[in-house]
Amino acid sequence: MTNKKLIDENGLRIDGRRLDEIRPIKFEVGLLSNADGSAYIEHGRNKIIVAVYGPRETQPKHIGLVDRAVVRCRYHMAPFSTDERKSPAPSRREIEISKVIREALEPAIFTEYFPRSMIDIFIEVLQSDGGSRCAAITAASLALADAGIPLRDLVAACAVGKIEGKLALDLSDIEDKLGEADMPIAYMPSLGRISLLQMDGVFSEEEFIKALNMAKDACLRIYELQKQCLKSRYVSI
Amino acid sequence: MIMFEKRQLVLPGDLIAKGDYIAGENVYKVKDRLYAQKIGLIDFDGKKVYIIPLKGRYIPKVGDIVIGQITDIGVGSWIVDINSPYSATLLASDVTGKPFSPKTESLTKILNIGDVIIGKITAFDRTKNPSLTVKGPGLGKVSDGIIVDITPTKIPRLIGKRSSMLNTLKEETGCDIVVGQNGKILIRGKNFKMVELLVKAIRMVDEQAHTTGLTDRVKAFLSSSIKGG
Repeated sequence: MTNKKLIDENGLRIDGRRLDEIRPIKFEVGLLSNADGSAYIEHGRNKIIVAVYGPRETQPKHIGLVDRAVVRCRYHMAPFSTDERKSPAPSRREIEISKVIREALEPAIFTEYFPRSMIDIFIEVLQSDGGSRCAAITAASLALADAGIPLRDLVAACAVGKIEGKLALDLSDIEDKLGEADMPIAYMPSLGRISLLQMDGVFSEEEFIKALNMAKDACLRIYELQKQCLKSRYVSI
Repeated sequence: MIMFEKRQLVLPGDLIAKGDYIAGENVYKVKDRLYAQKIGLIDFDGKKVYIIPLKGRYIPKVGDIVIGQITDIGVGSWIVDINSPYSATLLASDVTGKPFSPKTESLTKILNIGDVIIGKITAFDRTKNPSLTVKGPGLGKVSDGIIVDITPTKIPRLIGKRSSMLNTLKEETGCDIVVGQNGKILIRGKNFKMVELLVKAIRMVDEQAHTTGLTDRVKAFLSSSIKGG
């Protein structure tokens, strides 16, 4: 691997952030007129657009469940979203992330209110720079709220990782590739529930607990931004 | 203890009340805490706390008048799109008023795909799709007029308290309005300018449903436009 330093002598990271600092986040809600709900997020250099349709009639009909709505999720990276052109066909990684995001959002949705129907979530990554699944979850929960789908809480997500032996919040792509560990979590702050927790790399038990608390704290900050964004949409008129 | 004031904007997951309260529409309860489920305006009625949602799909309710479009034809029934997660069925015998025999009659001659109807929901539950009837005053096939879509959750605002908003719209423009609870509004009017104006006014209600004093503003908008135009 390269000898590039991830943390300089002042304790700042490559992009000038402190270890406990998240990248700047910008939201926009309701930008797609044809979708029932939509959201756009800029999380650092991640640019993601999410569209939500539903609850609507199941198509094909046989996938419907008698006691709750089916949630379908498609996470897709645009061919131009990465350094090297990505094939537009869904890769193994995209299929897995689709499933993971669906399972992170499903506990927040009152699916039992809409038996025999389905809710579709389409996530399109326009530009990616590490932590895109977290940004996608954050944006998708905004899009769900915008669609008027009953939710237990908004879901905020953030990653925490280890670079050069130190815990750092919200890893970027390079930090993720050169670092020692990466752990994305999705959190429902007002209920105190975690709906996604993945980890690759190595953490000691102590580090894990500390990392989890750091991520929860970051999710709270993101949660406040989510709320601000949703509110501003209606207050401004 | 209620954390918000009346008609304040709440978001999903907001803690809206603590203690001995009853969870109304779009509110859920965990132990003694009440949380919001949707974006909307909070309201109370004694111990009951509920939210008037700003967005959402139409969920059928028995007795609702809806405006739908025929999408498919079955044996002795039509499938009607009522702008909801569940499509409705309309029985042929309900339209003709006698037992339907596919041998002698053709469904397409009565109602064809693409036809618009005003119907009333007669039955709906979690296990079965809603069924419609067109028997009743004002119900049946729509032959003229234009249809405007608005967010279904804003229909109560369009009608207003004791139909104040709806009456204002009707009186000012002289058009006939049929409100479908599913967010479809049928407008019939002789004067095209008035119809156009009415559509604008309905759009205004849709966009500003969460603000106060809307009826007066709509009235002012209509009367000034009528004078000016």
